[in-house]
Amino acid sequence: MKGALALCAALFCALPFAGLPAFYESFLYLLLHAIVLATSWNLLSGYSGYFSFGHGAFFGIGVYTTAALAGRLGWPFLWTLPLAALAAAALGAGLGAVVFRVRALRGELFALLTLAITFVLATVALNTVDGGPGIQVMVDVPKITPTASGFLYLLMLGAAALTLWTAYAMAHSRFGTGLFAIRDDEDVAEVMGVPTYRFKLAAFAISCALAGLAGGIHAIFVSYVTVAETFSIALAVNVVLMSALGGTRHWLGPAVGAVAITVLLYAFTGGEAAVIGRALSGLILIIVIVAMPEGILGQILKRFRRRELPRSARKGSEVSVQITTRALGEPLLVVQGLTKAFKGVQALAGANLEVRRGEILGLVGPNGSGKSTLINLVSGHYRADGGSIRFEGRELAGIPAHRIARAGIARTYQIPRPFPQLTVLQNVALPPMFGQVVMDRAAAAREAWRWLEFTNLGDKANSYPGELNLHQRKFLELARALAARPKLIFLDEVLSGLTPLEMDGALRLIRAIREQGASVVFVEHVMRAVMELADRVVVLTYGRAIAAGMPLDVMRHPEVVSAYLGAAHV
Amino acid sequence: MPSAALLGQSVLSGIFIGALYGLLGLGLSLSWGMLRQVNLAHFALAFLGGYLTYQLGVAKVDPFVTLALTVPAFFALGMALHWFLSRFAVTLLNTLLVTFGLTSIIEALIQWYWTADFHRMESAYAALRWKLGPLFVSLTDLITLGFAAALSLGMWGLLRFTDLGKAIRATTEDAPIAAAFGVNEKLLAYLLSGLAGAFAAIAGVCLALNHTLAPVQIYAWMGVVFAAVMMGGLGSPLGPLVAGVVIGVSEALTMALTAPTWAPLVSFSLLIGLLLLRPARF
Repeated sequence: MKGALALCAALFCALPFAGLPAFYESFLYLLLHAIVLATSWNLLSGYSGYFSFGHGAFFGIGVYTTAALAGRLGWPFLWTLPLAALAAAALGAGLGAVVFRVRALRGELFALLTLAITFVLATVALNTVDGGPGIQVMVDVPKITPTASGFLYLLMLGAAALTLWTAYAMAHSRFGTGLFAIRDDEDVAEVMGVPTYRFKLAAFAISCALAGLAGGIHAIFVSYVTVAETFSIALAVNVVLMSALGGTRHWLGPAVGAVAITVLLYAFTGGEAAVIGRALSGLILIIVIVAMPEGILGQILKRFRRRELPRSARKGSEVSVQITTRALGEPLLVVQGLTKAFKGVQALAGANLEVRRGEILGLVGPNGSGKSTLINLVSGHYRADGGSIRFEGRELAGIPAHRIARAGIARTYQIPRPFPQLTVLQNVALPPMFGQVVMDRAAAAREAWRWLEFTNLGDKANSYPGELNLHQRKFLELARALAARPKLIFLDEVLSGLTPLEMDGALRLIRAIREQGASVVFVEHVMRAVMELADRVVVLTYGRAIAAGMPLDVMRHPEVVSAYLGAAHV
Repeated sequence: MPSAALLGQSVLSGIFIGALYGLLGLGLSLSWGMLRQVNLAHFALAFLGGYLTYQLGVAKVDPFVTLALTVPAFFALGMALHWFLSRFAVTLLNTLLVTFGLTSIIEALIQWYWTADFHRMESAYAALRWKLGPLFVSLTDLITLGFAAALSLGMWGLLRFTDLGKAIRATTEDAPIAAAFGVNEKLLAYLLSGLAGAFAAIAGVCLALNHTLAPVQIYAWMGVVFAAVMMGGLGSPLGPLVAGVVIGVSEALTMALTAPTWAPLVSFSLLIGLLLLRPARF
């Protein structure tokens, strides 16, 4: 494999010295150019699902940086290339720093916002650097190769190699896994410990930097840059088309699409044919989106997935869990006076809660009493209006959800929210990569296997969550929460909807969780389970804890009886 | 500092161009806010309508007669697009991509038939201009403003005061629940998409009356009109017109006070500011 790669690299590098007609160099240059742009776009948009229509803008920044510095000021152009990348990255990061703070700016709003950025930058460039007529970029390229186009080809080859390597490395790292999780369900990813804001920002900056680099090289290639040609929407859309065609979920997908589209458009250049080419690319875009959302590469890889079940990896890790048995019974989580209102509905009105180390605490209460809100506040999904949440003596109110996860708190969702486009194994392997002890991918996968066996999901490791039934999806939620090896785990109605038989299994599982060393808070309506499992019970009504204590005592408490059954009228 | 007359004329032309932004935005806003489809092809359809008006104008057909032809035809086109998007259950983000593909196809079609050159329609209406004090007003501008105001207000009235409007609003809030209460939400969706198509035809006539036509121009309108739609509030019938006029006037004043090339910055600065300050709107 390595040998073949090296041979390929040598062949590509030797090409300019083979004395081929200049046409081939230019064509290959354009091919590589498309690969760089499509692949770099995919680093943010494909990996994290934030579709950008503004890739042309970041490419354009690179073009204009080099054009202004090398063309106008006469700087040596090789030195301008890192600056072109840096300028684009700075712009992307600056934009991201503002946009990614706003939760609503996802999906089509992000797409249209980035589209708008293209117009803004075009206007700014036109009125400042460019001034209207365009910029001539005539520079002497180093005479390493027989022709100038050969040298540019080599430069773009380097950029393509860098881009593809980045794409590969990202896809096979914690960083990439975090981005994939963001694409599927950003809120859950954050609660599982993924620092979503930082990851998106970094992906955006890297994506922009590579586009800027390609822009810098391209400024020399075209030798005359204009705003209309540079900041084009066509480029942004072509990049989306290439990536969608090849497959956005794979690091190599955009490159496959880039080659296909470039060859296709080349076949239709000049005069009448160009019009047909444009119509054809429009048609392909529609067909790809509608008929093959996973792209060419995705489609091919899907064929292969069924066959390879990595049984070899199915060895549960022998890592023993360090049970922190120190001081069982001391308070682990202390919630005091927690308040939260949703547009006038007071979901929590000064709730108090204490969870002790090593206990199973049942949290019960009628519908709408604030149980789920309490979990959402403690896990950082929502921000509390007031009150304090102290975990192991540290204040958690107001800190980002991923840091709460890292502190050792995990949760499940009442309606399971697995990452739909990650396999069961990948779902469970995510939290260990972002938990208290940060694991690498291999260690996380071993850890995930352990919890899949624990929850009897081993056979489903390579399935997608959509292929599981409700009971299995609830267990997947459990496995995912456990894989983070939390000190405290919140189970939000994991038992509801299970058959009595399945419930017995679940009860055993919850006991086993405690034996592993975690404290458990479980929200439940199934009274049988509460009475059987809980060491203590806390009852919430109208956003306030009205009783706490041993299960039987609490259930006889007059306020609890009236909350559930109404006041006695005898 | 430019003279008062020049500024007045700027504001006036801003209102007229803003009316066209609003007219183009109305169809977009309805399909985005109510059908959850971002229809980029709306612009291409409007230009197709404009080119048809131009072509029939060459054959001495009155633009208003053209409307009798294009409105039903585009109503059908709008419904066909909706059939396609719902048949394949295209997600909101993907409607953006699919309709962009459609835009490319329509653009190619226009370029193939009418070439990439600029076309300007000659019509009897274009010659009619009046002088109101120091200001000039042309009939074609008034027609655009009239259409934009009438359609926006009409749509507002329809949604606000009729049972049909109530059914549409209920469907927008929660389609399955509306269906459970006896609303035929599929039929309403077809009606809305047809209306959006018809609005594109009308906007096309206004485009042909007031502006030069060229295939590349399709993209020139996208940014500003989307800004108007997003500022006006998705699904709002009056929002695009109000936001469009605000943008149009701001642009015209920017052009008068600085250089015309700075104008595109206005709408996007307004939009970006709004996105960042009031994200809850969206």
